Parts: sequence; C-alpha cells; structure tokens
Amino acid sequence: MKLTKTLMASTALTVAAVSAHAEDMANSMTLVSWGGAYQKSQVNAYTNPYQEMNEGLEVVWDESSAEAVAKLRAMDEAGNVTWDVVDVVAADALRLCDEGLAMEIDPDEHLAPAPDGTSAEDDFGDLLVGDCFIPQIVYSTTFGYRTDMVPEGAEAPSDICSVFDTETYPGKRSLEKRPINNMEWALLCDGVAKDEVYDVLATEEGQQQALDKLDTIKDDVIWWSAGADTPQLLADGEVFMGSTYNGRLFSVIEEQDQPVAMMWDAQVFDLDGWIIPANLPEDRLARALDFIYFATDTQRLADQAKWISYGPARASSAPLVGQHAELGIDMAPHMPTDPENAKNTFLYNYEFWADYRDDIDAKFQAWLAQ
Amino acid sequence: MSDTTDTGPVLAADGTPLKRSLNRALRRQKLRALGLIAPLLIFVLVTFIAPIADMLFRSVENQIVSNTLPGTVQQLESWDSTSGEAPGEAVYEALYYDMFLASEAKEHTRLGTRLNYEETGVSSLFRSSGRSVDDIGEDYIDALEDLNEVWEDESFWYTLMSGGEDAAKNRGLLEEERDRLASLTSDNFGGNIGFVPGQEISDLLPNTARAYTSFALFTVVADEDVVAEEEPWEAVKIALVQDLKRGVDLSGYSGFGADELRAAQDMLAEQPDIAFKEAFLEMDEDWAATDNWRTIQVYSPPFTTGYFLNAIDMQKGVDGPEARPENQQIYIMLFKRTLFMSLVITGSCILLAYPVAYLLSNLPMRTANLLMILVLLPFWTSLLVRTSAWKVMLQQQGVINDTLVWLGLVDDAGRLIMINNQFGTIVAMTHILLPFMILPMYSVMSTIPPSYVRAARSLGATNWTSFWRVYFPQSVPGIGAGSILVFILAIGYYITPEIVGGTTGTFISNRIAYHISSSLNWGLAAALGSILLAAVLILYWAYDKIVGIDNVKLG
Repeated sequence: MKLTKTLMASTALTVAAVSAHAEDMANSMTLVSWGGAYQKSQVNAYTNPYQEMNEGLEVVWDESSAEAVAKLRAMDEAGNVTWDVVDVVAADALRLCDEGLAMEIDPDEHLAPAPDGTSAEDDFGDLLVGDCFIPQIVYSTTFGYRTDMVPEGAEAPSDICSVFDTETYPGKRSLEKRPINNMEWALLCDGVAKDEVYDVLATEEGQQQALDKLDTIKDDVIWWSAGADTPQLLADGEVFMGSTYNGRLFSVIEEQDQPVAMMWDAQVFDLDGWIIPANLPEDRLARALDFIYFATDTQRLADQAKWISYGPARASSAPLVGQHAELGIDMAPHMPTDPENAKNTFLYNYEFWADYRDDIDAKFQAWLAQ
Repeated sequence: MSDTTDTGPVLAADGTPLKRSLNRALRRQKLRALGLIAPLLIFVLVTFIAPIADMLFRSVENQIVSNTLPGTVQQLESWDSTSGEAPGEAVYEALYYDMFLASEAKEHTRLGTRLNYEETGVSSLFRSSGRSVDDIGEDYIDALEDLNEVWEDESFWYTLMSGGEDAAKNRGLLEEERDRLASLTSDNFGGNIGFVPGQEISDLLPNTARAYTSFALFTVVADEDVVAEEEPWEAVKIALVQDLKRGVDLSGYSGFGADELRAAQDMLAEQPDIAFKEAFLEMDEDWAATDNWRTIQVYSPPFTTGYFLNAIDMQKGVDGPEARPENQQIYIMLFKRTLFMSLVITGSCILLAYPVAYLLSNLPMRTANLLMILVLLPFWTSLLVRTSAWKVMLQQQGVINDTLVWLGLVDDAGRLIMINNQFGTIVAMTHILLPFMILPMYSVMSTIPPSYVRAARSLGATNWTSFWRVYFPQSVPGIGAGSILVFILAIGYYITPEIVGGTTGTFISNRIAYHISSSLNWGLAAALGSILLAAVLILYWAYDKIVGIDNVKLG
C-alpha cells in the first residue's frame, strides 16, 4: 500500500516534471532542408521518432536550404524569423555565423555525449567548423562515369586526371558551374602537389593556371547548377562522366540500376548539418535545442545512413552503420568515408573559400562567358 | 460664345461662377474616387513599391563601414593611401576600440564580408582579429590588477565611473554611446540602464568613460545583466591605461578612487606605451597591407558608387574610377547579350505568332476555339515542365537528334549541339513567351473588319497588296503591344536561361539571382537591377517617341 502510494506519487511527480518541461517548449517546429531523398532520410531517422516521443508536436518542413542564407538574412531584416532549425552546408553555416544570423553552439552543453562517455566536442572532432555549425553528415563531391561508354582497350577511369584526358576518354563531362572544387582538381592535374593547392590558388598566376587547365576541356563540359543534373545527364548518356554529390550517384547506381560507376579519386569532402537561427523566442529555442540534442546523438546519426549513403559526422556512429532500409545492402562500402573509397581525398577549405570566393568567382564567370 | 463674354461669367444657382463651382464638384468627385481606391493604392505602395525602392536603395547604401568602425574611419581621413605606408599608431588604437565593441556585438564579421567584395582576404582578417582582439595589452591589464585588486572589482569600477549617486552626470555621453550602439547593431538601446557616467570622471578620463558607458549599455540591453555586477571589458581597462599614460593631471581630483588612480598612474609611467600597431600586425600581418586600409578608406562614406561601378565592369582605383582587369569583366557583355537575345526572341515571337493570330481571328469559331486551346494549353503548363521538355527534345541524346540520326541526316558522332547555348535559350524562351505575343495580336486582329480587305480586292489590289497595304497596318498596334510584353518579360527572364543556357545563353538576371541568393552581395545585385530597370524605361520611352504608346492596343 505504502509502496504503491510512493510509486504513484513519484509517477505523478515525473509526469508533472515532464509536462512542465514540455510546456516551456513550442509545440510546433519548422525545419528547413533540401527536399528529396535527403529530407526523407531525416524524416525517417529524426523527426518520426522525435514526434513519437513528443505527442502533439507539429513538424513543418520547408525545402529552402539552397537559398537558406539569403532567406534567413531577409527574415532577420524583416524582424520575423519563422524557421527553428535549418539544414545547411558548412560553408553557409560559416557565413550565417559571420553575419550573426545563426546562434553560437556550445557542443558539450547542447549536444549529447557519445554512449561511451566521449564528449560531443571530441566525438565530432574537426568537423565542428565555426562556432554555430552542428555537423550531421559527411558527403563528398565526386565523379560517376558510364561503364558502357568506357572506350575499348582503355581501363575504367580511376584517376581524377582522366577528367582532363579527353584523348583516352572522349565524351562530355559535367562539372558544377562554380569555381569551387573544379579549380582544385585542375591544379592537381596540372602537377601541383595536393598540400600546395590552396597556396597556389591564392595567387593570380595559380588562378590563371587552373583556368588554363580547365580551358583544355572547356568545349567538352556541360555545366550544372542543380545536384540532380549530373545523374540525369549520366542516365541519358549525355555525358561520359560528371561530378555530383555521392548520394545522388548512389541512387543512380543502386536504386535506378543505371550502368554507372563511382570514381572516388580526389573526392572532396564537405559537411552538412544544422544551425539554429539567432534570437529565437524562448519557447521555440527550447524546442529547437531539445530536437537538436536528440537528432544528433550517436544512434540517430547512424540511423540516417540507413536511408542515404552519407557518412555520419560522429566518430562513434560509424560502427553502427548497417544496411539500407529498403534495398537491404550494406551501406558501409558506399560511404565516402569508407577506407577503400577514401584513399585520396580532399577537405573543402572553408576559410580559403570564404576569402577568395568573390574574387575567383568573378574570374571564373568571366572565363566561362568568353 | 461672344454673348457670354459680353454678359460676364455664367453663374451657378447659388451665385458662384459656374466654372468655379464645376471645378469644385469635379475635385470632390476625384477625391471621392481616390478615397475609394486608397486602400488598394496604399497596399500597392506598401507591399510592392516600397520594398523595391528599398532594395534598389541598397545599390548606393554603405553605412556599415562608418557604423562599425566610426573611430577608425575618422582617424583614417588624414592617411594618404598613395604613401605606400600603413597608417600610424592612432589609427590602430581607434581600430582596437572599434573592433573590440564590434566583436562583442558580433558585427565585425558582417563588415568583413562586406569589404571582402572589394578586397579579397578581408573576411578572414576580420574574423580572426575579432577572435583575438581582447588579448591586446593583456600585460598592462595584469600589471594594473597586480598593483591593486580593486581594478578587478565590478562595484569599484561602477562607483568610480558613475562618480557616486549625487555627482553631476554626463548624460550627453550616454546618449552619444546609445546612438552609436544603435547604429552598430540596429537594435534599440533606449531605456534606463541604471548607470550614467559622472561629469567629473568623464572630463578627467574621457576614453575610459566612453568605453565604460558602451560596456554598460551593452551589458544591460544586450546581455540583460546589471552593470554594477559585471567586471568591465578589457577595452575599458586599456582605455584607462591610455588615459593615465597620456599624463592626466590627477592632482585636482579628490573623488572616489583618487588614490588608486594615482598609484596606477605612477606604476604605468614606468611602462612603455602600448604598441597597438605591433599587436595588430602580430595578430595578422595583413593589417600592414595598404590595400586593405585603402579599401576601408575608400568605402568609409555612408554612400558609395562602388556597386554601380562594379556593375559596369569598373572599380574604384587610386585616381578615381578605372576599368577592372580584363579577366574580371563580365557585366557589360551580359547586358549586351541580354538585350540582343531579348530582341531576337521578340523577333522570332513576332514571326511565329503573326500567322497563328491571323488564323485565330479568321477561322470559323469552332476551329478557332480549338486552336485557341492549343495556344493556351502550354501557357497553363508549368514553366519548369516546358523548359525541361525542351531539354529532352534538344539534347544530344534527345528526340530531335535521335530522329535526325535515324533518318540518316546526321551521323552518330556528329549529333547537333542545340542546348546549353544561345540557341537553346532562344528556342525555349520563344516557345514560352509565344502566348504573350499571340494573345494581344489576336485581340487586335479580331477587331479589323474583313470588309476593308475585301474592298481593296474589289478595287483591284492583289492578295499581297491588300494584305500589306490594308490589313498589316491595322494589325501593327497588336504587334507593338505583344513586342513590349515579350521584350520586357524576356529581358528579366531567369529560370529558363539558367536551365538551358549553358554558359553562352545566360542573361544578366542569372547574375542578379546569383548575387541575391548565393554571394549575398545585395548591393551589387541592386545596382545591376537598377541598371536593367533604367534600360527598360529608356527603351520604353524610345518606343513611345518612335511608335507612340497610344498605338499599342491590348484589345
């Protein structure tokens, strides 16, 4: 009798505590992401379980990540930020942080530690770029090629420089319509050592050298601006090889069964993750932080890899990566971070591009338009 | 007529001259009409005109530099950028205070981004300096605090700077700093903060009082803390060091903390001066680069022509505007291309739309309706779908090329390149804009009485003459209306050139979109947009002069 009473009392207390806790949080949350398969992976791995834990919570998705920086800036100027958690690439997170539009994050306070007790800061390690960015996945920009268009007698391309070798590998290539990545690849294939690429690219001569190298294949390039372009061009046989995000190529190869293969050489690692807009009202901020704490823990990040072939940003999540939820294939070999794929990689240099982006872009666009 | 002049003005029933009374009635009517449309007018003004004006205003607005670095900008005025030498110590000292406050308010990186549009590298220079600016002069702060612990004591500072409750206050300084912080952060710094600097102490230690006042405002308004319970920033202590080292005469001062101040001054007299310049160069050697300083100096006025110069491939050089390096020139070429391609698109729309509109207005009703539906159906289909459809049609492995290869007109290796270039853009945009040409043409042509052409024929004109001399002139207003519509739509088109334009078929709008959503250089985007708007208005004016806008009919 006494025990039951105590139990009931403590249950009541817990319920009271939980509900008091929940009352401080907004019961609606607007998340911003990229749409498509990527957003689907987030719904499955993050928001569905989170909504099960928090009954009555409404989650609104806005597929605006591509213009997140511009829109957030406009919202901030209008004094009405309607977003709670925004998915952006690390470079954009850095810019939002620079503009004072994103909230600064203390990893050890706002993020969950790893199951073995490692602090969040150590678990994410170098991937915590800037002060506002909460990493989620590692993706890479890399090449895919049509296996049926490899010329007879030639080996399948396995070297980044085959992009520039139109004699051995004739056919069009698709490259992104911006200098980032293309300039680095051009220099690599023009004899510049990997660890000197950014030093060279910081000089006028180095920029010209990269453009000159790109000039050798200019007539063979179709320039893309949306991530879906290259998979489409590959599927249509419009191009022999093209760069895009590795997850897009995964879906062309495994889900759509096209005769396309990956070329992982000199893949450029980049990060994608969350930011929380600065100056949110208290209840919405509490909700956003609660969600972030949940959605970036070790298990949740590993769960996302069941749905899309991007590597989880936590070191502790890697061993938990299993099989694709629908195709039932092992996901590890499709991760950009898999040792077999990551023999020769490049990490997007955020600081460099934050400085040189405007300048090199002007030159790149002028070169393109010539 | 002459009768009325003889007998004087005609009077209304109430005795006032008829003219005046009519005018009054007319004016009242106009006002009433205006009152009726007022809600709509205000709505349009507020939600449409004002945001556009605001956006275009950004093409000259440049207050961020003088708001973020007011002291530095002032000190920098006397610096000669052609001297080849970095500015003197005073500029770096001003930069220290400005940078400290800006980094507390997290505004320094915004300015870095802004100036990085003009000078590569400023962005990371500001970001890294903001991070370590509070390390400058830490030895002096340590020495001060070793000398006497009161310099770490928040309530001692508070009493020192406020001069006690009954002291005369310097409200002017408080208001000055309020304005400064408000313009720096664009937040409101009004309200009682529980601190007003004392008059005596702010006369004695002007820099310290200023620094402490902005610290107090920031602590209360931005951080929501209590001034008297917070230890002042490093910048406040550095300001005190500087004030004391400048040889303030403390002999007449007998207020709170007089002994502590004298002891500090004696101690500091033995120390060398704080080397701000050296400290900044140690932080980042780019602070010695004259190019960076020149950029700050050139862009310090609240308004700038820089964005407009950039939009016409020029830049601010040492001796005024100069052309950009050739490998960065792009906008003039894009403007020309946009105009040229819009004209080509308008021309091909006229050629294709004229026969269709003619058929529409001359066929029997039943067939004409069917044709009309065929015209309107693509008009109602999503723009993206139509553009993507052209991709499928025109690409090298696309429908048209496949057919040509199958017919044997082209061999497999020589497939035509019809997309991702100007041709692709012209084809796709002509198709998309065609209804805007057909519809006004049709509405004009359907009002042309067929009897005119018949009359011309019966008088012996050939088919061609009756068309060219009689029918065509009457249809010109339709062509005019359609052309204006299509041309103005084409010149600002964005999504179709982006998808099918490749590198040679993109428009100026694609660069505007890039600067709005990607590079965030809204000033440049606004300048490009203003030039585009001006070009359209000039062309419209020219059209009005040459053809006459009254000759344009939409129906």
